[in-house]
Amino acid sequence: MVHRPFFWIIALAIAVFAALPAIGNDVELRESLALAAVYITLASNLNLMLGYAGYINFGSIVFFGLGGYICVWLIDAHNWSLAPSLFAAGIGVSALAFIFGLGILRLRGPFFALSTIGIIEGVQAFAENFGPWGGSSGIYISPQVFQPLGGAARALWVIYFALVAVMGLSLYLSYAIKTSKFGLGLIAIGQNEDAAAILGVPTPRYKAFAYSASAFLPAIAGGLYFFKGAFIQPSDAFDLTLSTEAIVICMLGGQGTVTGVALGAYLYEELRGYLLTTATFSNFQLVISGVLLLVIVLFFPSGLMGWIYSRFPRTKRVLE
Amino acid sequence: MLGILASIIDGVLVGLVYGLAAMGLTLIWGVMDVINLTHGAMIVAGMMGLYLLASSLGVSPYLTLPPVLIGGFFVGVALYWIAIHRMVGRPPLMSLLSTFAVNLVVIGVGTAVWGTALFNVEVALPGASIGRYTFPGAHILAAVLAAVIAAALYVFLHNTRIGKAVRAVANNREAAELVGIPTTRLLAISVGLGVALAGVSGMLIGTLFPFTVLSGDGYQLKSFVVTVLGGFGNPVGALLGGMALGLLEGLVTPFVPVSWTLVIEFALFVLVLIAFPGGIFASRRGAL
Repeated sequence: MVHRPFFWIIALAIAVFAALPAIGNDVELRESLALAAVYITLASNLNLMLGYAGYINFGSIVFFGLGGYICVWLIDAHNWSLAPSLFAAGIGVSALAFIFGLGILRLRGPFFALSTIGIIEGVQAFAENFGPWGGSSGIYISPQVFQPLGGAARALWVIYFALVAVMGLSLYLSYAIKTSKFGLGLIAIGQNEDAAAILGVPTPRYKAFAYSASAFLPAIAGGLYFFKGAFIQPSDAFDLTLSTEAIVICMLGGQGTVTGVALGAYLYEELRGYLLTTATFSNFQLVISGVLLLVIVLFFPSGLMGWIYSRFPRTKRVLE
Repeated sequence: MLGILASIIDGVLVGLVYGLAAMGLTLIWGVMDVINLTHGAMIVAGMMGLYLLASSLGVSPYLTLPPVLIGGFFVGVALYWIAIHRMVGRPPLMSLLSTFAVNLVVIGVGTAVWGTALFNVEVALPGASIGRYTFPGAHILAAVLAAVIAAALYVFLHNTRIGKAVRAVANNREAAELVGIPTTRLLAISVGLGVALAGVSGMLIGTLFPFTVLSGDGYQLKSFVVTVLGGFGNPVGALLGGMALGLLEGLVTPFVPVSWTLVIEFALFVLVLIAFPGGIFASRRGAL
């Protein structure tokens, strides 16, 4: 993998993300890139299910929100420090996803998609009723927790670099899976599940693994995101908008590609930032996501990368 | 004990309305294998139609039924041409995404215009009393109307030329085309009917409970549960499934906090799908 140019392209992207805001100490740029990193993390992990295995997961935000909850709760109630809480959040959510996945992934295609809508409702109801997580008012953590990271200002930089690292790991994970036998199995499932099963792909296990793998890094990103805000409540943690945006990004960039999804996430974040500053558009964010998604699905189902591949066929060899 | 019985009866009354909503979903599914994710948004559109007509024009709530039905039909035909026409016969992933996109647009416009305020339409109807328990008149009338519309749909599908053609398209689209049925037009009509049913059930639900622009998600999930209980593409099964879900809700509400109801229903959805992939009341594929 190290000998492929694409490995170094990802490394370059990470370096740019880390260096750009750090050079000029540009806090505004850092915040915008932090959001882009979260988008890239969510979208490329969603892509493992949507793009590779062809399974729509409308509830990818559940991983992000649950990770945030576990992390914030461990820090607040059990005085854990940041790193182990993040790790616990990732492992915990992944394990949960695996157990759930073995159950709901017995449902095929559209039925799986429907049940992921139910999962959002279920997890949100759980968070709203679960006493230790503060019910619907959520959990606040005191600014004291930023002390071990060297005060609030420095902590924000540490969190940013951690988010960029998570983003980089997501891209490498997507890439590694795509070039592995496991990824080949997933793509086979996406193309024809029955044929894949007949040819010996252990479809239930592969799907559950993919579902579980797609939970790990978003959970950590969620932990970082809500730790940064020092506050978490059910309506923020399980905000359907973010799930939706992840789907739009996957389709915009080109489902099943690593570069496309990252590019799509960055473009979408820029577009969103531009639209949010104009007052008329900020109310219509969902509408714009919807129209964008509709146009892509109807007219450009292979997304941005589909266009690039057909326009510049040589890029197929380099860009995954 | 009598209290639980009363709760169950009330649940079944409301369940008939859920069944009507699910008929709209299952009709589209049965005819063209498309899962309509705008279903929840269309239910809300029915509710808002009820609210706007009843509150601002002062019409009686039940007189809004015909305009909602007719409006829903045309919205549905438009939905077919915008989001579904190009997706029929493609992988289900694509039609899921395209209807989901339309859903986002409708809900987005709704929240931009009305926010997430709670709306309530007052219906003054005398209830029916049995012993100490009174069943609200609105619940009884909504159940009766739902049953009547469901019966009308059944008669339409089985006794009219267009209805028979819809069933023919559901059974085998190519064969239907070979015998000269204009399938595309019938697909558009089916989506129109499905959306009209969603709108009307939303209007009926609006006379029972307060609602917001975002209420649709919950009712959409209920429709999926009902569809799964009743068997996919089987409108009569949907009505039975609705009653079963209402019965369950009536049984559960006295004991469990309201916010858990949806979770229990969802768990049921997954369990039924795993145990009976075709639905409990399903007889066979193409039961329409």
